[in-house]
Amino acid sequence: MANYNLDITHEHCPMTFVKTKIELAKLKSGDILNVRLTEGEPLQNVPKSAVEQGYNVLSIVETETKGVHIVVIQK
Amino acid sequence: MDFNEEQIQRYSRHILLQDVGVEGQEKICNARVLIVGAGGLGAPIAFYLAAAGIGTIGLIDGDTVDLSNLQRQIIHFTEDVNKPKVLSAKEKIERLNPDVKVITYHKLFTSENAFDIIKDYDFVVDGTDNFPVKFLINDACVLAGKPFSHGGILRFDGQTLTYKPGTACYRCLFHAPPPPGAVPTCSQAGVLGAIAGMLGTIQAAEVLKYFTGAGDLLTNRLLSFNAKSMEFRTINVHPNSNCPVCGKHPTVTTLIDYEQAVCEIKR
Ligand SMILES: [Zn+2]
Repeated sequence: MANYNLDITHEHCPMTFVKTKIELAKLKSGDILNVRLTEGEPLQNVPKSAVEQGYNVLSIVETETKGVHIVVIQK
Repeated sequence: MDFNEEQIQRYSRHILLQDVGVEGQEKICNARVLIVGAGGLGAPIAFYLAAAGIGTIGLIDGDTVDLSNLQRQIIHFTEDVNKPKVLSAKEKIERLNPDVKVITYHKLFTSENAFDIIKDYDFVVDGTDNFPVKFLINDACVLAGKPFSHGGILRFDGQTLTYKPGTACYRCLFHAPPPPGAVPTCSQAGVLGAIAGMLGTIQAAEVLKYFTGAGDLLTNRLLSFNAKSMEFRTINVHPNSNCPVCGKHPTVTTLIDYEQAVCEIKR
């Protein structure tokens, strides 16, 4: 079970979730993707869309950078 | 395959769909589709399949663009009059999506070349406007075990059926072409241009559903619509054991070039 990182802090909707899906597609079932994103629209939509499309959102953690969060998604 | 940044942007609205996603888009990009006829139906079919990123699109049509085509054959422009339709269509496809490989055949689809051409494709789309070729496409695809989409339009009406080996074929429903005299004559055979877009885009959607596995195909279902009442209906059909080509005792075992009604020859 491998761990991967993705930074989408510079992306806008809907490319935030597009980029997340592109990365998830490269993972094996059970692998973890740590998605770094900004609060507001990305934080509202990416975890919600991931759950809707059948992925597990394990946790959402705040980083030391203000307004930036890590969404931990398991494939 | 790894999508580059441009492809991720271009196909983002497919990738977002749960039923397509990255995997479905990869299947679309690896697909090879033959469109028979680059006219009223072929135009929207080619446009949407090209936009979707179908890897290889084959186009077969022996005609050149005529001014009277432009009312519905939206892939051809005024300056294309007298140009081979396959060439005109190829130019538009390449401008829309340079990822697509286009193979053109500026000739008629006949019993002589049918098997040899369809063997290089995963799916065949009937975009023709005459019964002899519709039956030829059906027979060639059934005998070769190749999935295809049947489509037909006339006046305000359209109909379509999707075939996969084992499902009802066009001949299961319509045993043989109508005799040339029974086909509407030129003066009767008008068509509302937008009908071509309505039906062609349904056929294009079926192709994309076939490759991605999304939803249920129009197999064993004949969809028809009338644009005057704007009513759509699907009727359930099933493989016919008496079908001349896919039934228990087939009589059609080789390809046939049926006679074409005189006014169908020069469109
Ligand atoms: Zn049949």
